[in-house]
Amino acid sequence: MKKARAEVLILGNSAAAVGAIEGFRRVDRVTPITLVAKEPYQAYSRPLISHLLAREIGETRMYLRPSNFYMTNGVQTILGEKARSVDPVRRRVLTTAGPIEYGKLLIAVGGHPVIPPIKGLGRGLPAGVFTFTGWNDAVAIDRWLKSRPVRQAVVLGGGLIGIKAAEALQARLIKVHMVELADHVLPLALDNYAAGMAAERIRQAGVSLECGTTVERVHADPAGVTGVDLRSGKHIPCEMLVVAIGVKPATELVRNTRIKCDRAIVVDEHCETTLPGIYAAGDVSQATDLITGEKRAIPIFPRACMQGRTAGINMAGGLARADRSFAMNSVDVFGLSTVSVGLANACGNNLEVLEKAGPAGGSYRRIVIRDGMVVGALFAGKIDRAGIVTGLIRAKINVSAIKDMLINDELGLLSLPSEYRKHVVEGEGIEI
Amino acid sequence: MKRIFAREEYCLACRLCEIHCIVKHSKSKRVVSAMRDEKDTLVQSVRVEEQGRSSFAVQCRHCKDAPCIDACIAGAMARDPGGAVACNSDRCVGCWSCIMVCPAGAITKSATGKVASKCDLCADSAVPACVENCPNEALIYEEG
Repeated sequence: MKKARAEVLILGNSAAAVGAIEGFRRVDRVTPITLVAKEPYQAYSRPLISHLLAREIGETRMYLRPSNFYMTNGVQTILGEKARSVDPVRRRVLTTAGPIEYGKLLIAVGGHPVIPPIKGLGRGLPAGVFTFTGWNDAVAIDRWLKSRPVRQAVVLGGGLIGIKAAEALQARLIKVHMVELADHVLPLALDNYAAGMAAERIRQAGVSLECGTTVERVHADPAGVTGVDLRSGKHIPCEMLVVAIGVKPATELVRNTRIKCDRAIVVDEHCETTLPGIYAAGDVSQATDLITGEKRAIPIFPRACMQGRTAGINMAGGLARADRSFAMNSVDVFGLSTVSVGLANACGNNLEVLEKAGPAGGSYRRIVIRDGMVVGALFAGKIDRAGIVTGLIRAKINVSAIKDMLINDELGLLSLPSEYRKHVVEGEGIEI
Repeated sequence: MKRIFAREEYCLACRLCEIHCIVKHSKSKRVVSAMRDEKDTLVQSVRVEEQGRSSFAVQCRHCKDAPCIDACIAGAMARDPGGAVACNSDRCVGCWSCIMVCPAGAITKSATGKVASKCDLCADSAVPACVENCPNEALIYEEG
């Protein structure tokens, strides 16, 4: 058998991989690219699975790019095959389709959903227990709903994925119980006040919300899940459970290699790992947080696109930098729009916090300032022009003179320092 | 590509740009019908900001490395062949990531509140309506 060899090998097929292909082709139109991914689908949008399950969109809307994307970009795809391990010494990747030698490698395999150690959840989840991060999860849940009467579902986790799972199930007319260990929903993104607004919407939608507790035991019979026990002592009978407590980077691929790995794969500002010629991007990688200065994973969609593009450009011999990353999320919670950027819910002696609630508690805005610069912003109910503040964080603009305007709903470009305003108006864009 | 530029020193904050943006994107294309009967179904994509004696009109800057395209989870925000950043409302799911990242604050929710709405540079016209109808040349359309 002829040895498989790829000049450029990409592992993974989501936002970062798509960004990498486009970035690479900006610089190099010729060198063939090979892409290996474990899922059989063309690149699709993971955040859309809740919309698919809710039947708001059909399958054709799941894809990130047109169906001729790989062909027009000279990419040979090997889909439905999993990369098992990277062997940097022999410069090859072992996959379920056999070994592939590479010239340059991009690891963009994302993360795995976390399954906590809960009694009743052993190896191999009982029937009716699901995670919710990929297309297959939405398909499996849909099949489950069609195969039996499901009246009640428990969603473990009140973060972004949990809320989106709850919305989708509620749209499918299932009574949902959401269980969140922290004392409020979206604990990483919202503060107490905004979370209170979110909780009200969640309950108004008919979802019951249990905060400050978690699932301690899952009950199942051979046909599937029958209920859960909460740490609070409460028992909830249910026909399905969605585990949505978080995602961890899929770093097992580089285990036992000299590629430096923290919680995620360590990369420099060019998205190159500690081994030359091997790059990583998206949720599997970590980068320096612009605001905290710490190296950490920031598993958000826009960063995956940007990092992927950066990696692609650099792999093709161009020069691009991916710095200035920080956390940001836009989450619609049962109709309540929320935007959370940077240290949105932080408190501390070195932080100045500006807060303003709108009439009748319908909107809320919180701005966090450190050393004269915005380091966090939270918007709930009214999110108009939130991006202006995101831009100020990213560009590290001194806002001492315009603090009053920052919590004003009418904040516009005219309030901004003129030099920065000029930069924005010229359309240089911002990296995110 | 050609883009719209605002000249602060000439803007009188008359807001005709806002009105003509709505009219241009209306069904009737007529000022009175659009502003009276269709207003609830349309939002303008240009916004006049005013502070003291200063004013100017802001619309999408059609940024070079547009953050809204990176942030869009639905493949709705994309660059059209002419170079403009356009939102395909048939694909938008209203996640508002674009609003979160637009440094110009130039993307809004549509009148229905379901999808994003932004300047399309009046794709079917040689000159965008806001520029064409600015009485003071405070908006100009040129290469840059």
